[in-house]
Amino acid sequence: MIDNPDKSNRANADKGFRWTLARRKVVWAYIFLAIPIIFFAYIRIYPALFAFQMSLHDYNPLAAEQPYVGLENYEKLLDELNKRKSPTKAAFQNTANYLLLGVPIQLCLALMISLMLNEIRFMSTFYRIMFFLPFVTSTIAIAWVFRMLYQPRFGLINVMLQLVSLPQQPFLNSPKQALPSVLSLVIWQGMGFAVIIFLAGLKQIPRTYYEAAEVDGASRWHTFRFITLPLLNPTIVFLLVLQTISFLRMFAPVLAMTEQGRGGPLDATTTVVLRVYREAFTSFNMGYASSLTVVLFVFILIITIIQLRVTARRIN
Amino acid sequence: MRFTKLFAVLAVLIALASLGSVALAQDDMIEIEYWQYNFQARVDAMNELIAQFEAENPGIKVVHNSDIPYANFRDELAASAPAGVGPDIVTLFYGWIPAFVDAGYLVPLPEDAFSEDFILEHFSPMVANSKFEGSYWAIPTAVRSLAMFWNKDIFAAAGLDPESPPANLDDFVAAALATTEYDGDMDIFNITQQGHAAALASQDHHWFREVLLRQYGGAPYSDDGRTVTYNSEEGCAAFSWLTAFETEHMTGSNDILDGATNAFVNGDTALHVDGSFRIGTIARNNPELNYGVAELPVGPNGERHTFGSYWTHGITRRANDDPARLEAAVKFLQFITSPAAGTLWVNSVGELPAQAAAASDEAILADPILGPFSAGLAYSHATFFVDESAQRQVLIDAFDNVRLGGMDACEALDEAAAIEQELIDSFWADRE
Repeated sequence: MIDNPDKSNRANADKGFRWTLARRKVVWAYIFLAIPIIFFAYIRIYPALFAFQMSLHDYNPLAAEQPYVGLENYEKLLDELNKRKSPTKAAFQNTANYLLLGVPIQLCLALMISLMLNEIRFMSTFYRIMFFLPFVTSTIAIAWVFRMLYQPRFGLINVMLQLVSLPQQPFLNSPKQALPSVLSLVIWQGMGFAVIIFLAGLKQIPRTYYEAAEVDGASRWHTFRFITLPLLNPTIVFLLVLQTISFLRMFAPVLAMTEQGRGGPLDATTTVVLRVYREAFTSFNMGYASSLTVVLFVFILIITIIQLRVTARRIN
Repeated sequence: MRFTKLFAVLAVLIALASLGSVALAQDDMIEIEYWQYNFQARVDAMNELIAQFEAENPGIKVVHNSDIPYANFRDELAASAPAGVGPDIVTLFYGWIPAFVDAGYLVPLPEDAFSEDFILEHFSPMVANSKFEGSYWAIPTAVRSLAMFWNKDIFAAAGLDPESPPANLDDFVAAALATTEYDGDMDIFNITQQGHAAALASQDHHWFREVLLRQYGGAPYSDDGRTVTYNSEEGCAAFSWLTAFETEHMTGSNDILDGATNAFVNGDTALHVDGSFRIGTIARNNPELNYGVAELPVGPNGERHTFGSYWTHGITRRANDDPARLEAAVKFLQFITSPAAGTLWVNSVGELPAQAAAASDEAILADPILGPFSAGLAYSHATFFVDESAQRQVLIDAFDNVRLGGMDACEALDEAAAIEQELIDSFWADRE
């Protein structure tokens, strides 16, 4: 809001407090900043803290009262994890699989692609757009397209397999193949983001280092190993943390790609967040679901701290 | 001075807003809210009933919320309750009632409007049996049973008589085998036309639990409903019969041809087990389909059974908080569960009137499509579920363990029974 300073100065002349232009600018800045902050606090931070409280109650959203049960929900969680087979156990195992397979594969591929993109000049913008496009496309839309690609008999992948006389594959319908099938979508979709960040990181490395290496007769591998990789370290740490968190929070692709969003077949694709959703909204065990989110939160926190400690070494 | 102006404008706006709500509250009109999930035929039928009801009761306005898809219906109810909003009358699947009663979300039907004698005398037996914790908590407009759908064109093309559907389980298998076509080897993935595809996620878990199991001489649960009893020799035999369509006979699968239900609707499957609500789906999506409906085939012991179920209307805690709204809600509930409402319902939705008088109407019994469903009401069983979706998942997993994991049918049922027993035990443990 732009005000006329003369007019309001005159109006405030007889009061002790004066609305100078500078003061007013600051106040307005705070007012405008307060709106997103209040919104964020109310929509994100308050519910997150509330989850801790909910996890200590037998919280059924339909009920009028939510009795306090102490650590009962956490005890149930331990019980479930100690069983030979349980949906919760499958959710934690699958999430670990998604993470341990997904992050390294995604970052390695993204690094390779960005190194190549960094070299090319002809049509480089076009290629960058092609790699970035999946990232800005709706996950649900992509998931449904992949679902069709994976279909038995008429899905594109199976049609191609038939053309070269290879046996058809069940993909999402097989307890063994379902997880890799979902994972490939997630890797592919998230890769564009990693590629762009890597490219930005590569641009930060001074050309002179490479020129010096060339003069010294360093091989391409040595240049990569001793110049590119160490100087990319901050970028790698950043991506590692971000992608780890995003794999730990995986939900939408599984919901969209599995039969009735159940994370099947036989819990082969379910994730912790999908488990949270199903416990909270189909079984109405919101207290137990909250205990799962709290555990997930602690995991994310620990993994992030370890990663920052281990990988963020100073570069000499 | 723009600051003061801004606040003045805000103050006026707030004052206006509060005036508005006062004006609304002073209105004599009583407004009640009714929620059901989105299923076009039901929405249309209910709109018609509401229009009739409002014409008869000028002081009551019914707000109809039918925008929520089936998959999100429970989420939305769960989200609305803590916010203090939501329906006064809500339509729930009968199998969900214990969970909603458990949460204190529903109040018992008032004794003066829906006495036990009235319900026992007028309603279908599966409704009369729905007493839980000593009360009736919900009452339906319509009920459904399962029957067998068959595609007459496929039968004729396979050299079978298109007018005589399989009468027993052996004939059913023979017809399924005769009507399955492959492009190449006998393999699920090479099927171009299915004889029968078992889909536990749809209706086949009911078919197993309440029909096949009983026909093989078993029972799904103990009489008090608290002990799982399907992990028996009879259970194994019945479950093996069902899983064999995919593991042995190779006549179809829910994983191909867009799922078992769509495959039948699209004309790619010869035999299918489903409820009368599917008639509307076929009429809308593939009106050309040349199909017939017959009662479910009899089992080895010669008995007929079917699974009965219904969507049922309950009064919420929210309506109970305000005597005027509660009164209006009860009136509305009486109206939409009357025989006349049931007759309107059967014509547009295909579900049978819950009031026995309207359901055994001669026109319905003589109808070639509705008749078999109506006949089934006499021998139908409605499972008592403590957590319908979890209990269904147990059987879906058992089936997947057999067809995808290569597990033995008996072993899969043992595992399922153990998990389901735990669900039932934990439900009752919380209540005692």
